[in-house]
Amino acid sequence: MNKQMKKLFSVTLAGVLAASCLASCGGDSKETTAAAGTEAAETEAAGETTAAAGETEAAGESTEAAAAEGGTFLIGGIGPVTGGAAVYGNAVKNGAELAIQEINAAGGVNGMTLALDFQDDENNTEKAVNAYNTLKDHNIKVLMGTVTSDPCIAVAERTYEDNMFQLTPSGSSVPCTQYENAFRICFNDPAQGGASAQYISTMGLASKVAVIYDSSTSYSAGIYQNFAQEAASLGIEVVAAEAFTADSNTDFSVQLQKIQEADPDLVFLPIYYEEAALILKQADTMGMDMTFFGCDGLDGVIGQLGADADLAEGVMLLTPFVADASDAKTQAFTKAYQEAYGDTPNQFAADAYDAIYTIKAALEQAGVTDPEIDPSELCELLKPAMTQITVEGLTGTMTWTADGECNKEPKGMIIENGSYTAIE
Amino acid sequence: MEKNKTKRVSGLARPAFRSKLITYVLAAGFFGVSALLVQAEVAGSLYEGLLIPMCCYIMMAVSLNLTVGILGELSLGHAGFMCVGAYVGAVFSIVTRTAIPSAWIRFPLALLLGGLTAALFGVVIGIPILRLRGDYLAIVTLAFGEIIRKLVENLYIAVDANGLHFSFAKAIDPLSMDLATKKDILNGPMAVSGIPRDTTLLLAVLFVMLTLFVVMNLIDSRSGRAIMAIRDNRIAAEATGISITKHKLIVFTVSAFFAGLAGVLYAHSSTLKSTQFDYNLSIQILVFVVLGGIGSTRGAMIATVILYALPELLRFLQDYRMLVYAIVLIVMMLLNNNARFHQLKQTLFQRKAKEETT
Repeated sequence: MNKQMKKLFSVTLAGVLAASCLASCGGDSKETTAAAGTEAAETEAAGETTAAAGETEAAGESTEAAAAEGGTFLIGGIGPVTGGAAVYGNAVKNGAELAIQEINAAGGVNGMTLALDFQDDENNTEKAVNAYNTLKDHNIKVLMGTVTSDPCIAVAERTYEDNMFQLTPSGSSVPCTQYENAFRICFNDPAQGGASAQYISTMGLASKVAVIYDSSTSYSAGIYQNFAQEAASLGIEVVAAEAFTADSNTDFSVQLQKIQEADPDLVFLPIYYEEAALILKQADTMGMDMTFFGCDGLDGVIGQLGADADLAEGVMLLTPFVADASDAKTQAFTKAYQEAYGDTPNQFAADAYDAIYTIKAALEQAGVTDPEIDPSELCELLKPAMTQITVEGLTGTMTWTADGECNKEPKGMIIENGSYTAIE
Repeated sequence: MEKNKTKRVSGLARPAFRSKLITYVLAAGFFGVSALLVQAEVAGSLYEGLLIPMCCYIMMAVSLNLTVGILGELSLGHAGFMCVGAYVGAVFSIVTRTAIPSAWIRFPLALLLGGLTAALFGVVIGIPILRLRGDYLAIVTLAFGEIIRKLVENLYIAVDANGLHFSFAKAIDPLSMDLATKKDILNGPMAVSGIPRDTTLLLAVLFVMLTLFVVMNLIDSRSGRAIMAIRDNRIAAEATGISITKHKLIVFTVSAFFAGLAGVLYAHSSTLKSTQFDYNLSIQILVFVVLGGIGSTRGAMIATVILYALPELLRFLQDYRMLVYAIVLIVMMLLNNNARFHQLKQTLFQRKAKEETT
């Protein structure tokens, strides 16, 4: 009896622990929104965010009521919102939600209200397929996803079988869009690698280039492989190609040492901003004075460097989107995003925002008015529509080819005085 | 209790056979009902999609149970064997896809090759660790799992008009290849796609049954008793003339073989990515075994079904699903150590077995 009591007690305790966890989780999220503002403006900012959230909620409700006869068109989304790659998944989720709120507030698409069902895949191929199956059970009509490349490849196999229209905001690996039902918003990896080499060559930036890349992600390895290929044909010499993996991405002294010995004109960093910030810091400690050049993954490096932001001065990158660009569209987006989520939008958020507007444009082009349309029929309508539309998005003016690739101009940016400036 | 005793006196074989029968019926019944539900479209595509990976994980858990539960050695590298099987099977199938167009010939070969290669790794890893026990064995198997994953991450295989190209640690120089006909098979850390989807649910369930059949009969055989004797008292077992080397190797090889098979089945149902076979997967399988009750094949199977499906079926809870999953783990752990629950379980299953036999 006594033993049983003990058991009961421990189970209750576990329950209480879990409950307290839940409670503290709720508290935390509030705290983070408040912490986003500066101390003085803290209460004000918090007040504003809640007010803004309230407004959009109210707006959403009213448009839902207004467009009720048009029905709700459900868009599925997949991405990592927990785990190591959660930054990207959450950015896509937020960017897409923002676009949907805007579209609904402006009257929806062909009378239909848009809605997003976003599922977590933990950046795992198996979980991504499960997430896709869940979305299918929820009767999604098109899929906006997945965020990361490898899960995207796995899900693309399934969407092809089901003939479900798929638009990935940021799956940059080539096989993501190998089937005709899949399209993408971002550049693919070879395109970025090739474009970088061409840019360096035409701008006459360097004749000897060193590369540091992450061999464990398809993003980085893919860009590097095609950069090397293109560089060879353009007469740029790759004097050092140093790899690291996700397990060894904190210390770059060995790679930097080798690069210093090779004495290149320019260091190419086809990696994400977290590692790039570390590389910049360590290169500075070693007294290296090099020109660094990166791709869209470098967007966010200034924020990552924090107090050492001046180290990023002179870093060049080829990217379709920067949060503090001067055009009105980007500024409005950045402002709305910061108000809603208390965070500066990155390239992923912009890609997702564009993805939703692209779906809208394609639906309008195809003249879809029935939100209960069969996904396979819809896919047949959207496939030709995608090649006919032109979307003026945050990441540039986009058109698509039938093989799913997006045509847009990468912009050369240089970091000057702590902000991104377009290279003339 | 008394009833049990009289049964044991009446003959060893019968209750053991009955227990095995329950396990087979449970496995076949569960997947049979699941398949019917999917056919009748009562269960959605999420549920349907879970079934094949579930079969693979059951094979993993049942085979790991052989090492952990029956031999009593802690192995933390079981995912490594699955990884070997998965990649060998996948590469074989991709390479021979045009040469052997019939899946009926190609897939059994892939399964056999994947399983045997994994078994070979089981022997290779089994020999040096024969001398190790406890924590040391756990560390070595842990390292083995990670080494396998790292090896795979550094393998580059591509095919073009001139044949196969191999490279290790460095991507294949694109200039050395005929780019028009080039096709990557393994591209280092990148996901492997284009594996023929040969694994069907029926096939996966058949392999689960095969695994159960072999593992449970091995446990019940003379060798199985010797293995358990080694677990319970190594010195006494050795003194009675049981060859420890032989029996440990048997366990490692059989366990690795089925993990390899599970890997091949898994690879032919989805895309492959080496990060899937990391340390976390080994631990996850170990959790299935431990929470199913160490040493119990049926328990490992049931725990796998529940614990694998749960996080997916809890998706409606959004961010809280992992929290609920943790609570379920704790509850299962407590139930497993609860004498009353065991009694209840025993009476339940015995009644069921009686109904089936009569």
